[in-house]
Amino acid sequence: MAPILEIIGLSKHFGGLKAVSDFDLTLHEGDLQGLIGPNGAGKTTVFNLVTGVYPVTTGDIRFEGQSILGQEPWMINQRGIARTFQNIRLFPNLSVLDNVRVACHAHGGYSTLEAVARVGRYRAREREITERARNLLGVFNLLGRQDEVAKNLPYGEQRRVEIARALAANPKVLLLDEPAAGMNPSEVGALMDLIRFIREQFRLTILLIEHQMRVVMGICEQITVMDFGQVIARGKPEEIQNNPKVIEAYLGRGVSYRTAL
Amino acid sequence: MKWKVPSWGLLVILLAAGAVLQLAIHLEVINAYWALVVTYMCIAVISSLGLGIIYGFSGQFALGHAAFMGLGAYTAALITRYMGVAPWTFAIALVGGALLAGGVAWLVGLPILRLRSDYLGIATLGFGIIVRVLFENSDKVIPVTAGARGMTGIEQPDFVFLWAFLLLLGAIIVARNLRFSSPGRALLSIREDETAANLMGVDVVRYKTIAFVLGCSYAGLAGGLYAHTFLFLHPSNFDFIKSFDPLLIVVLGGLGSITGTVVAGTAWVAVLEGLRLVLPGEVLEWRYVIYPVLLIAMMLTRPQGLFGTSEAAILRPREAEAPAAPALATEVTADGTHP
Amino acid sequence: MTYVLQQLLNGIQLGFVYALIALGYTMVYGIVRLINFAHGDVFMVGAFVGYFTLRALARVTLAGASWLNGILLFLLAMLAAMAACTLLNVTIERIAYKPLRNAPRIAALITAIGVSLFLEYFSSLKFVFGPNYITFPSPLPAQTWEVAGLRISAIQVLIAVVATLLLLGLNYIIRYTKIGKAMRATAFDRDAARLMGINVDLTISFTFGLGAALAGAGGVLYVSAYPRVHTFMGIIPGLKAFTAAVMGGIGSLPGAFVGALIMGVAEVTAKSLYSTMADGVAFLILILVLLVKPSGIFGRAEVEKV
Repeated sequence: MAPILEIIGLSKHFGGLKAVSDFDLTLHEGDLQGLIGPNGAGKTTVFNLVTGVYPVTTGDIRFEGQSILGQEPWMINQRGIARTFQNIRLFPNLSVLDNVRVACHAHGGYSTLEAVARVGRYRAREREITERARNLLGVFNLLGRQDEVAKNLPYGEQRRVEIARALAANPKVLLLDEPAAGMNPSEVGALMDLIRFIREQFRLTILLIEHQMRVVMGICEQITVMDFGQVIARGKPEEIQNNPKVIEAYLGRGVSYRTAL
Repeated sequence: MKWKVPSWGLLVILLAAGAVLQLAIHLEVINAYWALVVTYMCIAVISSLGLGIIYGFSGQFALGHAAFMGLGAYTAALITRYMGVAPWTFAIALVGGALLAGGVAWLVGLPILRLRSDYLGIATLGFGIIVRVLFENSDKVIPVTAGARGMTGIEQPDFVFLWAFLLLLGAIIVARNLRFSSPGRALLSIREDETAANLMGVDVVRYKTIAFVLGCSYAGLAGGLYAHTFLFLHPSNFDFIKSFDPLLIVVLGGLGSITGTVVAGTAWVAVLEGLRLVLPGEVLEWRYVIYPVLLIAMMLTRPQGLFGTSEAAILRPREAEAPAAPALATEVTADGTHP
Repeated sequence: MTYVLQQLLNGIQLGFVYALIALGYTMVYGIVRLINFAHGDVFMVGAFVGYFTLRALARVTLAGASWLNGILLFLLAMLAAMAACTLLNVTIERIAYKPLRNAPRIAALITAIGVSLFLEYFSSLKFVFGPNYITFPSPLPAQTWEVAGLRISAIQVLIAVVATLLLLGLNYIIRYTKIGKAMRATAFDRDAARLMGINVDLTISFTFGLGAALAGAGGVLYVSAYPRVHTFMGIIPGLKAFTAAVMGGIGSLPGAFVGALIMGVAEVTAKSLYSTMADGVAFLILILVLLVKPSGIFGRAEVEKV
């Protein structure tokens, strides 16, 4: 089967700093992979390169067989790669419902002219968008919050809104950047269930960055470990746990994974 | 096709009120001076609604609004100069002014809208000054504008107030329909977080341009009305300082609030003209001393503006058609876990 | 060639004055992210204070020779203007801007526009400065020298010397004094600066005061060269100085200086070529610079963290 997302020899230099160098990663449809590494290893930079926030220095990113280099972030999103952010970036003063509806916009299917004159496809499409957004909020148990302003929501709910918003764009690949950051243990458990659930429900391919080993080891089928912009290990969770290079990268020499936990 | 307007009843009442006011002006129950004042209220609000779309909706800090108003004013005045002020030629003039302002906004916007925040502000402000300089020198190309001496000989069409009032209602409806639509939400998302909007599939450049062109067309339309209300155009009427007026109105009303813009714009004209009435002649120069003091006091007490981002009930959409909670919702329990 | 150099010289003279205003703009922007539209009006107040000081001292002779006497009188007028502007700007900051420090940025900007209007119209009242144009008395004899074919006036020398000394003084304050370090730290990260024990309120007030002192000096220098004093005289120089600061990269001190020199030279050149378009040319240059370097000449392109 052809991979859905293929990252080949990807490098990104900021001046003299090599944030990412010669990074490879392949996602097949339905994969749930993890990307881990110490702070500053370049994980979020990989996300930023894939989603078009930064221009790529060298290498290629192929989505469904075609290179997406040089495309604007919104084009990449519309093609089917959506993401969340390490530091939550909801639209703070918009309602929860509108946050999600914004991301439905690309598939809104009516023109600005139809919008201001309230003619043509406006009514039907607007109803579709609202219905779709409310469906998603239902999945994330946020329907009761739809009219609240996003910034007033508690942290855990904001994270869920972000995932709902990413899904509203109808992506094939979902990139989650530290979805469990700042969550308490019971919320983390719920999040793991939720990630598994949406993968089935929306037939997603997921790549996630996470620091909480419980999440990564618990739900990812394959894990890529980065350090100093490079891939230092790749494999199944149990392989990664005992990989001496990984342990060294995280903790220095002479410590085992168990003691780290 | 059924048009969805805030409320048919209200619209009828407003139309009737406008007609009655126009009749009162026509019969000189309201004197010519106050006729100018109420017409100017409509003009100021139309122009400010335009800036509201640019700055209040999509968050682009543009400070060249007066220049676009001037472009519309001169264009419309030139058109009626050659075609007369019959209702249909006046309509052509107003549309022509709005289109020209919008067209120039499009051309200028292509390169300039990439700039962010204060840099955009100062670049548009600079554009405003360039346009004023061009107005001052315009008589070298089009002698009838008279350049720095000011353009005279603009004829007044019939029922200018009614024109301004009807166009104001139209401007409110268009802004409101935009606000509560998918393209409108795209604009708001750019205001809230441009990068996130881009990553959520919003073609940021396109929607910024739409907002800028539409907002500047509002200014051009207001300019056409201005020309045919005051019948004299001078480059200093469209100086960069004048771009602060719609900015004040939009911020005082509450950024992004159409209701706020309408109320603040009307009140702004009313206060400036009211001070003229209240103050005795010998201290009339205190008018522009009191006005900034009011402005500062207002900002210190309500920095978020009169209405914040909220809208009056009649402008809000009726979400009656929202579907019931979908079946999927039942699969998630209260704390977000799955059974 | 001589003509070109002469224009360059005249432009640099104007540029020095713009630089004094632009630095105040850029320092204030750097520390509170506020376009202080009232800054140009503080410059105007400086010019008036200088005028009234000189008039009050008109019969006073401080030193025998007319040159020395003129320079001393001028310096006194300038110091008075600097002191008055400092006081004025610190007061404005406390009353009008400080309460809005945590409000949306636009609220403070609107307040700044309000302060600007207030200063212009209040000082136009008859019992304040009055609405008329006043001719500023030249403190120095109208002497010019010919150097290599260029005409250099006493005022030009005065402006260049005084402005250079002020800029060096500013550079010293910002680089080597404790309050200067506090200013840089506060501009970089206000909360962190507060946590490090810096008195942020005092530092911000000091920045407003320092900027106003330069604007006051600039006001007196400006009217020494272009001797018309009136209450709306601050708008256009203020705007041009601000434009210069943006062109140089707002927040950057060397940027403000370079931008101001560019603005001065551009304006003088444009005036000599085609006077009615001069104002437009300066802003055309600004827009072109921004299109090439969206954060100004010395501004650092911000890589947004996502």
